[in-house]
Amino acid sequence: MSASKKVHVTTTINKEEIDFLCEPRHSLLEVLRDNLGLTGSKEGCNNGNCGACTVILNGRPVDSCLVLGVEVEGAEIETVEGIACSSKLHPVQECFLEGAALQCGICTPGFLVAAKALLDKDPNASEETIRFDLSGNLCRCAGYDKIVRAVQAAGQQMNAEA
Amino acid sequence: MTTTQYRVIGSRPVRHDGADKVTGKAIYTADTKLPGMLAGFVLRSPHAHARVVSIDTSQAEAMPGVHAVITGADFPNVEDKVADLGEGSVNLSYLSSNCMAQQKVLYRGHAVAAVAATDVHIAEEAAKKIQVEYEVLESVTWVLDAMKEDAPLLHDDLVTDSMGAKAEQPSNVPVHLHFEKGDAAAAFEEADLIVEREFRTATVHQGYIEPHAVVADYNEDGRLRIWTATQGSFTCRQQTAEVLQIPLGNVLVTPCEIGGGFGGKITVYLEPTAALLSKKSGRPVRIAMTRADVFEASGPTPGSFMRVKLGAKSDGTITAGEAWLAYDAGAYPGGMIGPGCMCVFSCYDIEHAVVDGYDVCLNKPKTSAYRAPGATQVAFATEQLVDELAQKLGMCELEIREKNAVKEGSRRVDGPVYPPIGLLECLDALKQSDHWNTPLSGPNRGRGIAAGFWFGCGLKSSAACTVNSDGTINLLEGSTDIGGSRTSIAMQLAEVLGLEAEDINPQVGDTDTAGYTDVTGGSRVTFATGMAAYEAGRDLQQQMRTLAADLWDCSADDISVGEDGSFSAGGKTVGFKELAVELFAAGEHLVGRATVSPECPTNGFGAQIADVEVDPETGKVTVLRYTTIQDAGKAIHPSYVEGQLQGGTVQGIGWALNEEYFYQDDDTMANASFLDYRMPTMLDVPMIDTIIVETGNPDHPYGVRGVGETPIVPPPAALANAIYNATDTRMTELPMSPPKLWKAMQANQTSE
Repeated sequence: MSASKKVHVTTTINKEEIDFLCEPRHSLLEVLRDNLGLTGSKEGCNNGNCGACTVILNGRPVDSCLVLGVEVEGAEIETVEGIACSSKLHPVQECFLEGAALQCGICTPGFLVAAKALLDKDPNASEETIRFDLSGNLCRCAGYDKIVRAVQAAGQQMNAEA
Repeated sequence: MTTTQYRVIGSRPVRHDGADKVTGKAIYTADTKLPGMLAGFVLRSPHAHARVVSIDTSQAEAMPGVHAVITGADFPNVEDKVADLGEGSVNLSYLSSNCMAQQKVLYRGHAVAAVAATDVHIAEEAAKKIQVEYEVLESVTWVLDAMKEDAPLLHDDLVTDSMGAKAEQPSNVPVHLHFEKGDAAAAFEEADLIVEREFRTATVHQGYIEPHAVVADYNEDGRLRIWTATQGSFTCRQQTAEVLQIPLGNVLVTPCEIGGGFGGKITVYLEPTAALLSKKSGRPVRIAMTRADVFEASGPTPGSFMRVKLGAKSDGTITAGEAWLAYDAGAYPGGMIGPGCMCVFSCYDIEHAVVDGYDVCLNKPKTSAYRAPGATQVAFATEQLVDELAQKLGMCELEIREKNAVKEGSRRVDGPVYPPIGLLECLDALKQSDHWNTPLSGPNRGRGIAAGFWFGCGLKSSAACTVNSDGTINLLEGSTDIGGSRTSIAMQLAEVLGLEAEDINPQVGDTDTAGYTDVTGGSRVTFATGMAAYEAGRDLQQQMRTLAADLWDCSADDISVGEDGSFSAGGKTVGFKELAVELFAAGEHLVGRATVSPECPTNGFGAQIADVEVDPETGKVTVLRYTTIQDAGKAIHPSYVEGQLQGGTVQGIGWALNEEYFYQDDDTMANASFLDYRMPTMLDVPMIDTIIVETGNPDHPYGVRGVGETPIVPPPAALANAIYNATDTRMTELPMSPPKLWKAMQANQTSE
């Protein structure tokens, strides 16, 4: 397969079926950002170290810079743009705002997606579980304290709403 | 302590840009897309020091999809000229050759050529076809080696300026600073106890998660538009115009949302390159650094060698200080040695002191500011020696600090006499804290404390507030918002006008629309741009008084403005909104404006407590508990003040325990990735407790002091003191990583 020959891919992103063409070398992150205009997923390192590009792929959080665009044929993907339900923010988004859990905001989309993936499984996640599960997401501004608290608060809110 | 009750100040509203940032809508530079935009890629030197013999770009230019290739030859000649960037100054000729190497490359990662192509992968492939012939030169990356007479010279024409006196022979030392007060030599003679040690710290990086990025569009009419990740759009405009030798007024810089800076996004790296690629190709060009580029080719903060000595009387009074400091400048002169010298004894009232500092060029990237630049290194030295004095005198480490802490009237070694400051109040808060009063027990555990200082600066800020027909306000200001400053500025305007934070729509303007505003740095934005917003509000109130006088048929002097922003005259009181709506309807469209340039430093002091446990088998340090205390003057938005304290502390913990540039035998960096550089993750740190002290700054209408930088200063020292108390091992080298600490503990056991 030539490096630049484009491949047709059909996938579901934020509950909407989407077709795109991409080169085999293009990462899912490049496809999301450059082909589909979904720039909420951020590139901090392009090698899976920082988590700013985290998306949920078939129910699991992944670094979208480490997934190829051609690999997501038939997959279900959720990005930061799809977390909110129509005009209502997801509890994790609300709790990040209320708890001042962001400063520059570049790592925030990755944290929100990773936190949602964790809380969907376990809204009662302990501080230790949160710290372990989200340790693939780097934040350099906030020192993590308010992020951990916001994720805990979001879990409680999800329980209350359930 | 401030006791005034405010309506908006001290509350915790949701930030104005919050919804954009939690939904992925906020536009950062790399998210910017223009029609016809090309992608740029920068080719960088693989060598630490080399002469560029020749560059052949022909194969790259011939590649399909490539639209432009540039090298140092495309950059105009820039004369030696020093430009003031707000927080620090820069020699423009050095700035230009740091953007693109001319005859020599001075560090691995130094840019030598750049390509613009239809796709970043094509640009990268093309860049790799550029043939660069290098003559590799001997290199040097340790500061003391670079100071030796026979060291390889980075710049043939560089001579030492020693307090105005120029040396005759070239060297790698552009600057020697010397400060003294009293008679240090005599004071050491008379001291009852002297402690002295040598300290070393590694080069570290700010580690912002967003790599440097820029979009440039060079128009046919000579107008250059730039969208970029910068801490200061106006200084970016100035640097870009100077490096390209084009009129400043032809350059428009739009600051995008910025993904962290910490001092590292003030200098331009990519802007002139992107502009020249755009000019050559006739298309807009976007360049983003890779993470490896960020480590190797942006501006980390200095590694250092320090020899510091303190003398004390047997009652614990510190009477003498001496410091000899050598800091990396990186490839070009202009490191952080100045503030290093000024901060080394800044927390203690020492009657006799002498400080010598050296700025040293070596084959590392040109250093930049990093949160209280230069202060963390010296605090690591001094704060450990203060503990050592206390220990040898049988005093408590808190007591010796209280006894010697600077206060109003104390004079620093570099001259300034402190106005009212809050170090004693911070130490008192430490003494009262739950953390300090909860005993720490268990094997291999220890507690340490340290104090810290950063000047905080004023510089220039502007603000304009436009009144809407419904009495709400659009606030235009020029400070790039890195951590919620739109809101802390808007809250001050809301307070003065008697509005809610939500009644203000703050916007960060570009260089064509906002009034001149210096960088987001120096812990100055909430202080100085907040002051500009306050003054703009006052200006608006003045205009409204004059106009209301016409409506009410009285004199403007008869109308008073209350603390709640209401206007009163002759028994009649009208709120701001009501009057604003009435005036708008009457055809008055009001804009309040202000420009401020407070010259005073804001003097931010803090103190911290660290509890650690050291694994004796591996030397790994676990931080068990941490408390950060700081005098904020007045906290406008306490949540974001806490966030600054917590974030700065965790950066300091990373600096203390793990982060460093590893240099290989060929003086290239071995760990230019997040995985190998290894900043703290969530799993590495505990919750960071905070205590905000509010002593009130008399130089600000609401008492604000800067808070952003001081929190990074104490952690390495506090952790070193805690490690000593846990292991009896005094660590004099950063980082205190497991291999280094383990080795030091082994050596300590052998010597016992």
